[in-house]
Amino acid sequence: MEISIEKINYELREAIEERSNQKIINCYQCGKCSAGCPSENLMDVPPHEIVRMLQLGLIDEALEVNSPWFCTSCFTCLSRCPRAIDIARIMEALRYYNLNDVFQPFDPNVLSDEVKTRLPQQALVSLWRKGT
Amino acid sequence: MHNQSQSFRDSTISTARELEIELEELPDWYCCGAVYPLRSEDLISLLSPTRNLMGAKKEGKELVTLCSACYQVLKRTNYLILNDADKREKLNNYLEEKYDGSTKVLHFLEVIRKDVGWEELKSKVKTSLTGLKAAPYYGCLLLRPQKELVFDHPENPTIFENFLQSLGCDIVDFPYKTECCGAYLGITEEKVINSAVLKIIQGANKRGIEVLITSCPLCLYNLEAGQKELMKSGHISKPVPVLYFTQLLALALGLGVDVCHFEEHQINPLPVLERLK
Repeated sequence: MEISIEKINYELREAIEERSNQKIINCYQCGKCSAGCPSENLMDVPPHEIVRMLQLGLIDEALEVNSPWFCTSCFTCLSRCPRAIDIARIMEALRYYNLNDVFQPFDPNVLSDEVKTRLPQQALVSLWRKGT
Repeated sequence: MHNQSQSFRDSTISTARELEIELEELPDWYCCGAVYPLRSEDLISLLSPTRNLMGAKKEGKELVTLCSACYQVLKRTNYLILNDADKREKLNNYLEEKYDGSTKVLHFLEVIRKDVGWEELKSKVKTSLTGLKAAPYYGCLLLRPQKELVFDHPENPTIFENFLQSLGCDIVDFPYKTECCGAYLGITEEKVINSAVLKIIQGANKRGIEVLITSCPLCLYNLEAGQKELMKSGHISKPVPVLYFTQLLALALGLGVDVCHFEEHQINPLPVLERLK
């Protein structure tokens, strides 16, 4: 991974900060978010490293990893962050910029009848809300 | 709730009646949207919760919710309307009438605490649940972010413990009580649920927990469906039934099993509850 001042997409980084309403530079990389993240083991890059990538201007790289799609918005990271950074919001902003590239709308017909009758509507509504 | 969680609905209605708490269904309610919109410019998603809040205001009542997700969305929306004048104005531009954030959002547990009280609840219990090793499973949405929800401690809450104590249960200290169940990701990414549920259920088995209680329909579904999968693959041997807190309350108040609709559950809790009778 190359770090260079020419690569920084200031515009996009600012847009991510604005959409998430978080100041990315506030993070001092203690790693508590990643330590408590329930999906960390499934992510390409743990949450604190995503924030570091954004700090260093590696925006394109941050948009390529799968991590935002595994964030369940459980806010464990936020409740433990000594700098009160809401990483779930940053993940949401990254998802937003990624939608056009990878997103395929979920088709509920692939679910089995058993699941369809039992699954709370809440789950489908959440999935669609997060993915559109 | 009318459709897939009749157990939650009926047990709440009957226990509220028994405890003399007056509940009334909000006329013309909307789905709250299930997730709170996290992008700062996404105001459209806030309209349906705002309309619900406004509906309660018109009735001149507090808005009581059962589901953790509804609680999260409604309370955070109200917080935003109260504290962000700019967003409040923008939202109000979409609405037929002005809404100022004055509706109070309460969870049914908070209503029990406020209107009945834990001591009083203890005296109303007809069938004590003594000997039932129960532990709460709060999940995420009731607790975090604490600044906006102000429900309980974000990682070491105790309201469910107080509730269970009043019912006479043997409360087991459960360190996984605020872990995430995987939420909606289970639909597309089964492994998220399986790894989350495995951790939670192994923890419960180790501590001899007989029943977990929750207030979120999705937590309940994920924990049950995840356990069924993990049983099949042999990762866990002893399933732990998951109940809504109102079902346990209904049993303790002697309202019978009919209002609990245990047939809705994928893991039958009756074998565990049988010996209480």
